[in-house]
Amino acid sequence: MELLGHLADGFATAFEPLNLALVMIGCLVGLFVGAMPGLGSVNGVAILLPVTFFVPPTGAVIFLAAIYYGAMYGGAISSIMLGIPGASTAVATTFDGRPLAIKGEADRALVAAAVASFAGGTISVVLFTLFAPPLADFALKFGPPEEFALMMLAFATFIGLGGDDIPKTMFSILVGLVLSTVGLDIISGNPRLIFFDLPGFYKGISFLVLAIGIYGIGEMLWTIDSSRGDVKIAQHNVTFQRIMDSLRALKRSIRTMVLSSGLGYFVGILPAAGATPGSLMAYGMTKSMSKNPENFGKGEVNGVVAPEAANNAASTGSMLPMLTLGIPGSPTTAILLGGMIIWGLEPGPLLFIEAEEFVWGLISSLYAANLFTLLINLAFIPVFIWVLKMPFTILAPIIFVLCVVGGYAPSTNMHDVWLILIFGAAGYLLRKLNYPMAPAVLAIVLGPLAEKSFRQTMIGEQGNVLVFFERPLSAIFMVLAVALFVYPLYLGRKRKKQRAAEAAATEDGA
Amino acid sequence: MIALSRRSLALGLAVGAGIGLLSLPQAAQAAWKPKKPVEFVIMAGQGGGADRLARLIQSIIEKNDFSNQPFIPINKGGGSGAEALRYMVDKAGDPHVIMATLNSLYTTPLRNPDMGVDITTFTPIARLAEDTFVLWVNAESDIKSVDDYVKAVKAEGPSNWKMGGTGTGQEDSLVTAMLEKAYGIEHTYVPFKGGGTVAKNLVGNHINSTVNNPSEQLGFYEAGKSRPLAAFLPERLDVFKDVPTFKELGQDLVYYMQRSVVGPPEMPAEAQAFYEGVFQKVHESAEWKEYTSKKALFRSWLTGDELMSYFSEERDKHAELLKAMGEIQ
Repeated sequence: MELLGHLADGFATAFEPLNLALVMIGCLVGLFVGAMPGLGSVNGVAILLPVTFFVPPTGAVIFLAAIYYGAMYGGAISSIMLGIPGASTAVATTFDGRPLAIKGEADRALVAAAVASFAGGTISVVLFTLFAPPLADFALKFGPPEEFALMMLAFATFIGLGGDDIPKTMFSILVGLVLSTVGLDIISGNPRLIFFDLPGFYKGISFLVLAIGIYGIGEMLWTIDSSRGDVKIAQHNVTFQRIMDSLRALKRSIRTMVLSSGLGYFVGILPAAGATPGSLMAYGMTKSMSKNPENFGKGEVNGVVAPEAANNAASTGSMLPMLTLGIPGSPTTAILLGGMIIWGLEPGPLLFIEAEEFVWGLISSLYAANLFTLLINLAFIPVFIWVLKMPFTILAPIIFVLCVVGGYAPSTNMHDVWLILIFGAAGYLLRKLNYPMAPAVLAIVLGPLAEKSFRQTMIGEQGNVLVFFERPLSAIFMVLAVALFVYPLYLGRKRKKQRAAEAAATEDGA
Repeated sequence: MIALSRRSLALGLAVGAGIGLLSLPQAAQAAWKPKKPVEFVIMAGQGGGADRLARLIQSIIEKNDFSNQPFIPINKGGGSGAEALRYMVDKAGDPHVIMATLNSLYTTPLRNPDMGVDITTFTPIARLAEDTFVLWVNAESDIKSVDDYVKAVKAEGPSNWKMGGTGTGQEDSLVTAMLEKAYGIEHTYVPFKGGGTVAKNLVGNHINSTVNNPSEQLGFYEAGKSRPLAAFLPERLDVFKDVPTFKELGQDLVYYMQRSVVGPPEMPAEAQAFYEGVFQKVHESAEWKEYTSKKALFRSWLTGDELMSYFSEERDKHAELLKAMGEIQ
């Protein structure tokens, strides 16, 4: 009950006129920043940091939280509309969001993204309110072996991601893993795979570069090729009725929303993981649990719901390690951390006791921001749809320019732009050969995390590989991972048998 | 193609003319100011001592309006800061990039001579502070003193005692090597990406000890989760009045980490002067004074050529340390 009291106080603060105005402005700015590939919330928040010195600390945090949340939604918009992930957290949203838009159901995808994000935010705020202090202790139990076991679990869900063709999925994972080792080794600092001695490779290959290449450029090439330039995206007129129908249809996705939010929140509270792995894992989990896994990647609403619910839940979750351990889960929370330091707030286990008002004000404002972004998003859907009605001959150059800008802006280096173009062409060719590309993107995100935690464990345990099964938490993850890895193999064999039996039956019938 | 090259020729001429104008004496006298947001590169991961400090500095600059353009912190902590160093070399001559340094400014190029980084070519801006090191254990452990510690490490054996720290060859591993040599003990050194992660792993009991900076452990210390044993300093710290120094315990173990700011090679002199002015103001600000005394940092201001000769001296010292460790030849 005491907790609810804190939360109520927090809400009273969040709904003061000045703070309310800050929430709205923050959400709008965040939406824009999130939707522009390459702009990213890091620059957005950093440039707007001065604004926060004109208002009291609580207002400042509310403003930053609103930008953060707005950007989470914004990322989904460009993922769905243009097939370019606006932010790293929205990569998984392109997998099904874009196909839905091509089918003329962009409005459904947008509604699903907005509602799922809202659900993710809500569930995570509830979890945060009830379980924050005990979960902070739980996060401490995560050492390198647990981190590695969790990554293995994530990799195992990939196998489900690639459909039936397991060898091709493995190939795609391996390509991603190789690309993820480019650059300076985390542990020793030695350079690896610096192709042609190009200095641009020292910083490694950002996974956003790969994702923009494969999904932005690759998708554009694919659309041009498959339609011979004569693309008409049949978009239904957006009516109030259609939006209501889409909302009603989401009833079927409630289970996905709840599970993905839980998973996202859980991954979010682990230091070093964050919202991007969270959303990717939720996508993999939803697909492997679905009755119709073959629909994923072709425009399945649950494929939008899962990552969007998870990334919003994870962004609330990642506040926990920041507040209690002082370890920011994302670049944006790092800026928030900088703000906290200057306001004299020391992140650490005592923050919940010493700066109660601040913590609960932050949580309530996250929630208020969540509500506003939902409303703003639903209101703007007709505007977004109008963009899609542009002829593809106009839209394609716009996508191309956004991809190039998105590659250039974060590093201000042409190196990444060339890489995007190469990945785009390669992604298109591999797609023609039926290679699934999502696993490669996942591998480049999780590869470095897995490698680092594996090597730390091996150094600490003198090369004893069994340690992963000796520690209870990591043992659970490892067993689950092995089960998930074997299950599709078993399922594939069963299906083959079934098909053989069916074929035999039809032959008999004839 | 012809049209294109003609255009680039025209552009080149225009740029050339611009540079010509800039080099005129009266233009040079007008104080230089950044024309776009300044990239504030941090050669370490998020949440560590260097990261927190850089973000505090950013906030102080913004709050007091010390600069007309914002400073945007960017973490490039990969490969013990090699990522950041390489980035600075590639940005030679750019007046809109500066970098917050650690001692890996010396050690990383020493360990990777192929990287093509010579720190004496960097533009010195200012040394703001020197950070300190303390030996830490988890508060749940029975170890109450350095004697207990040495006994425990010897009893466990080198393969079972895990000392966590930042990248191999970085400050934490040097301090660990100094400690090992002085007491004749051995640890298994486990590298992590940043001091914040190291601190968290100590509190979670995944490692047995650390040599964190005070600022990295302070939150846990105040919550009663970690215990300082001794400081690598000649005199006791104000924040840990009860914690002895290694010097008191009869070992001459002293190590500081400089917290400085540098520009890329060939940074224009007027830009260097601008940043020096900004950091002078930071150095004198009330927020900086408060933070440094609370977090046990020594304010030690140094600029220009003196800073560069300090860098060269320290680099030579670190070369000796690394040689003694067998990290380099």
